[in-house]
Amino acid sequence: MTDSTANRTILTLDSVLASVEIVEETAERFALDAGFDEDTSSQIAMISREAAVNAIVHGNKYDPAKHVTASFEITDKALTIQISDEGHGLDTDAIPDPLAPENILRTSGRGIFLMRAIVDEVHFRMLNPGTEIKLVKLRVQKEMHP
Amino acid sequence: MSMKFITREVNGVTILDLSGKITLGEGGLTLRDEVRSIVAKGSKKILLNLADVNYIDSSGLGELVSAFTAVKNAGGELKLLNLTKKVRDLLVITKLLTVFDVKDDEAAALAAFA
Repeated sequence: MTDSTANRTILTLDSVLASVEIVEETAERFALDAGFDEDTSSQIAMISREAAVNAIVHGNKYDPAKHVTASFEITDKALTIQISDEGHGLDTDAIPDPLAPENILRTSGRGIFLMRAIVDEVHFRMLNPGTEIKLVKLRVQKEMHP
Repeated sequence: MSMKFITREVNGVTILDLSGKITLGEGGLTLRDEVRSIVAKGSKKILLNLADVNYIDSSGLGELVSAFTAVKNAGGELKLLNLTKKVRDLLVITKLLTVFDVKDDEAAALAAFA
């Protein structure tokens, strides 16, 4: 299901891996439309993919009765992407630092770290039930102070 | 495009020429299976040529780490060759560039195996 205006789209998606591709492609299109270069747009698409994987795999656990909502919005200041699931919630404090020497060879746990490295703001909001991840990438350079 | 690979052997080193995406459900498991199969057959020198890998996500990074660990635990060596900018950037961000031995030239990579 899609609800769109020129600068905003909301998608309601099934909890299947195919939905990840839809989120990724939509994120890249919005990033390019927002004026980000190809490399940055590709990175934004990649972390949107990470958020969608989290929602579908870890949040909804592929439950066909649960859905993922993805919204994409361009404003003058930023591109904002929000992904929410209907799962049991995410404890971000429980995610170990992937850069710590004892974790560097872990095979998982880098998705949220990558989100924080690539966009300007990452916010988590606990829903009832579920988790919402909000990714904000500013469109304009921050003002330089002398 | 999902991941594809061609396996070849040069001077006792098994080279996997990978292309496409290494992501959840699109190539990660294929890479893990292939590397473990190579190790099970007794090859302990593995070079992953990522020149045509145009996309990787955190699951793909995990697969690279898994392959590295599997080879190392078997007493072997796994090196990376020809990283694209996208892949290199992610390895820098995640500090995995400090874990892997990365080469930009196949001859140099082959010579670097013990």
